[in-house]
Amino acid sequence: MMTDQEQKIPLWRDDRFWRIAGQVIVVIGVIAFFGILGSNLVRNLQQAGIGFSFEFLGNNASFAISESVIPYNPSLDSYSRVLMAGLLNTLRIAISGIILTTIVGIFAGIAQFSDNWLLRKLSVIYIEIVRNTPLLLQLLFWYAMFLQLPSVEEKFDLAGIIFLSKRGINLPFPASPQIWLWLAALVVTAIAAFFLWQWRTKIIVEQGQSGQPQLITLWLTVITAILIIVFGFGWQAPQSPEPGTIETGLRLSIEFTSLLMGLVFYTGAFIAEIVRAGIQSVPKGQWEAARSLGLKSGLVMRLVVFPQALRVIIPPLNSQYLNLVKNSSLAIAVAYPDLYNVANTTFNQTGRVIQVILIIMITYLLLNLIISLLMNLLNISVQLKER
Amino acid sequence: MTTVNTQKPDLSPPPATQTNPLTWLQKNLFSTWYNSLITLTIFAVFFQFFKGFLTWATTQAKWTVIPANLSLFFVGRFPKDEYWRLWLILAVIIFLSGLTWGTLARNSPKLFSINSLIGLTVTGLVILTITGLIVVLLPISITYRLLLLAMVVFLVVTAWVGKQVAKKTPNLVNWLPLAWFLSFFIVLWLMTGGLILDNVSTNDWGGLLLTVYMAVVGIVLSLPFGILLALGRQSTLPVICWLCRLYIEIIRGVPLITILFMGQVMLPFFLPADWRPDRVLRAIVGLTMFSAAYLAENVRGGLQSIPRGQSEAAKALGLNTPLTLILIVLPQAIKSVIPAIVGQFIGLFQDTTLLAIVGLVELLGISRSILANPRYIGRYAEVYLFIGVIYWLICFAMSQGSKRLERQLNIERN
Amino acid sequence: MHKWSSLLLAVTLLVAPLSACGSSSDTTSGGNSRLDVVKGRGELVCGVDGSIPGFSYLDENGEYSGLDVDICRAVAAALFDDPNAVQFRNLDSTERFEALKGGEVDMLSRNTTWTISRDTAIGMEFAPTTFYDGQGMMVRTDSNIQSLEDFEGKSICVEAGTTTELNLTDNMRELGVNFEPVTYQQADPAYAAYAEGRCQGMTSDKSQLIARRSTLPNPDDHILLDITMSKEPLGPVTVDNDSAWFDTVKWVTYALVEAEELGITQENLAEMKESQDPTIRRFLGIEGTLGEDMGLPNDFAARVVNHIGNYGEVYDRNLGADSQFNLERGLNDLWKNGGLLYSPPFR
Repeated sequence: MMTDQEQKIPLWRDDRFWRIAGQVIVVIGVIAFFGILGSNLVRNLQQAGIGFSFEFLGNNASFAISESVIPYNPSLDSYSRVLMAGLLNTLRIAISGIILTTIVGIFAGIAQFSDNWLLRKLSVIYIEIVRNTPLLLQLLFWYAMFLQLPSVEEKFDLAGIIFLSKRGINLPFPASPQIWLWLAALVVTAIAAFFLWQWRTKIIVEQGQSGQPQLITLWLTVITAILIIVFGFGWQAPQSPEPGTIETGLRLSIEFTSLLMGLVFYTGAFIAEIVRAGIQSVPKGQWEAARSLGLKSGLVMRLVVFPQALRVIIPPLNSQYLNLVKNSSLAIAVAYPDLYNVANTTFNQTGRVIQVILIIMITYLLLNLIISLLMNLLNISVQLKER
Repeated sequence: MTTVNTQKPDLSPPPATQTNPLTWLQKNLFSTWYNSLITLTIFAVFFQFFKGFLTWATTQAKWTVIPANLSLFFVGRFPKDEYWRLWLILAVIIFLSGLTWGTLARNSPKLFSINSLIGLTVTGLVILTITGLIVVLLPISITYRLLLLAMVVFLVVTAWVGKQVAKKTPNLVNWLPLAWFLSFFIVLWLMTGGLILDNVSTNDWGGLLLTVYMAVVGIVLSLPFGILLALGRQSTLPVICWLCRLYIEIIRGVPLITILFMGQVMLPFFLPADWRPDRVLRAIVGLTMFSAAYLAENVRGGLQSIPRGQSEAAKALGLNTPLTLILIVLPQAIKSVIPAIVGQFIGLFQDTTLLAIVGLVELLGISRSILANPRYIGRYAEVYLFIGVIYWLICFAMSQGSKRLERQLNIERN
Repeated sequence: MHKWSSLLLAVTLLVAPLSACGSSSDTTSGGNSRLDVVKGRGELVCGVDGSIPGFSYLDENGEYSGLDVDICRAVAAALFDDPNAVQFRNLDSTERFEALKGGEVDMLSRNTTWTISRDTAIGMEFAPTTFYDGQGMMVRTDSNIQSLEDFEGKSICVEAGTTTELNLTDNMRELGVNFEPVTYQQADPAYAAYAEGRCQGMTSDKSQLIARRSTLPNPDDHILLDITMSKEPLGPVTVDNDSAWFDTVKWVTYALVEAEELGITQENLAEMKESQDPTIRRFLGIEGTLGEDMGLPNDFAARVVNHIGNYGEVYDRNLGADSQFNLERGLNDLWKNGGLLYSPPFR
């Protein structure tokens, strides 16, 4: 009976046949397409006399870059080393950018719910201006502004701790020999504080206590942490032994700073919108119910509204972080030697365009994967636990 | 047994909410000590900022760079004798926008209550007002002023006409998309020349003209590709799904600048030796590849929001898969993601600035060329501020339009 | 199903006119010279920088002008008797060779330094030098910097992807000076940053430094150190393995120099054509077949001088006495006057 049916259906009317045939056709088409591209590529490369090997990476780079986290000597080191330095510069901007932009975004997002009319309007103005102008233009603007800083000889000296000049921003930097010990102590205090906080919240919520003693202990741990940071780290303020030079301390070049500022404020505006939408997504009833239970408004935000808003906020945050990392390639416009900028110089000096572009693409894809993975883990931890 | 209470209850009016300025200030700015502090700080900073800015703008800034290069900023090196074509393009677009606006507003009592299905009309109007403002502010020839004024009048007239016609023949609405589609080719023909017109090389396009052109072409081309990619990604055929996913993830994972660079520098390597597309086309390829991947993700979101019942019902009616998609699923999906698509368009519009890095002379690129002219060296702040305002106005108009659109769609849905 | 095909049709319709606005198909392979391609196209596509004052930039009329630009115009004048039959492409230093190799431009006239690796490994062909230059260093007059050693711990602005960048590193390596290079993708931002005081020094070809110095807010506050870090012969470039096209560019360039040597200018061209001097008559194509033998019009040199002038006029107009830069001829004078410009004989 079935076989009769099957015989009646001609091949070209059979869905199952088409499903397989369609895929085969697509695969052949794709292979053919790439084959044509590939053969053209090989032919053109032969004509231009460029080989396809990565051997050039071992050659001496012999161009200098303005800043590098790892020691890099242009006269000795290879192209791979300089690309590594570029990658580390990208990571530097990405990590500090992600942390700062989250702070800016959450602040600007919550500011839209402030009681202060000016603050509300200010955050709206900030968001509307920044979101509606191109990032590249903003970067150029920031750079032009930082170029207005005074020269090294006439630097701004903020209480001998921070220097501002065209060379960059000089901050104090920990230089204690037992820095790792102190850092470990700090981590321990942080973990202790976190558990105290959890415990206190639990007590307030489940047993209706005031949580006062725990709060005092919490303050004590915070004070301990501050003491560790201030005295244990052995901060070294930047020194200026003679005019025109600045030594010790941490120097952030103006290229780094303008790129960081541009990225942080641009991405921050988008994050602020995400935060606003997240907070608005929490039903009004939740606010009212929490207030009617007698919680103060700060606690309402902290215990009731924000945790629920987080579920809505975190997924889109991921793509904003990815955008920040990808946009950091605009460093090329403000002369910061990030991965793309260094790679650009590399293929100029070597002519190996295809190889260098491949390296860039794979690196950025890996960076994206790592960020997405981390964000997914975070996401799993805040999503609704279905019981 | 009920007794009717004939006594009037003692109703006192509710306490008057006082809204005199003083209480408003107290409530909104100085409700607590820290609020007062915030207010005062903001005021102080703002005052300093505005004072600094105004002194700079009126004393130090040299604004001559703007009017002297106005035509470069707007249309780049487009030949002067061919400017009439650009005006014609503007007229065509205004004519269609007006008609669209009119037809969409045909059922509302007032013409100017904008409830358009296409945020573009709003944008068009805003851009026009801005150009109008620029006309008033900047010293340009009287012909251009009159032309711009005529354009604004033309918009209102066509809108009114469109409204009247649409009332009589409601079917006109169905022809509008086709008209827009055809206008795209008319505009293209006017810009490049051919047939009876002189050729204008794409090399001579520049400034705002190139920026807008790139953004529009980029989005128009990436729509079909984006939809196909989204469908492919949703497909139950593993190979197609996998290929589309691969493409989308790769493109979304790398910076746009590398894709543009590939388009500019590597495309020739992948093509036969005798085919060298011009620069603008290469940039379009890069932009389209890039934004198609992002659009695909947006459209996919829309597809996922369509309840399964829709496609099951369609199947039950005997529609096959393609028909179900085209007639039932896609229209609903795309409608629900229109705001996201507008957002994408705004992003693309801003992303055209990256073309300056790969050497095209769009608005930012031409600004850099102008800044290299010895007479205007060092006028960075003025030029960047000027083009920043242009970008801001256009993007802001679009985002407002898309917000309005979103509200409109939400009303229709509920 | 036909809906699908209509969608596809729409896409193809959209793409088709776009590909139509791509440039005509150019081929360089199989004995077909670029010269025929350019002639067939009816205009020259010339890669320039587009933002070097005095060499190539946009004036207020939106017209390209400068010395590099005039070389392109000279080639167009020789081929088509029309100095405006040129499409200019702005290329930054990082993409110039790729664009030339990819056939996107016919020639470069873009402040390109002639080096052995570019001539061999990268596969370029260098026409005669149109500007002899050397890498210099500009500093502020009040900075007390006298030599490269004084840059210890200081920063220097430089343009990326150029020989300048490598020369600087080499020179500093030799001296053992630790300095901070700030590398910009384009020249404009680099000079802006220097002018704003981001760097204590600015390094580039001396001609550029001088041209740019005159455009800084207070030119007198800046001084060029008496250092030459390199030899920088700048000239037009074409691609390897195309002699006919290379010869065209080469001899049009020489024609500018030869015209100056023979004393032919834009003004006196008409009376020079009446001249009985056989050298001048051959040069201007009144006698002999110098042009035709190369596949050019016989009077190509006359056309060049008619539209562009001779090398001296080009120089004065863009960089010398008639420009705001007032740059000395120096090495870029005729060999008779102690410079390096020397054209092989036109015979």
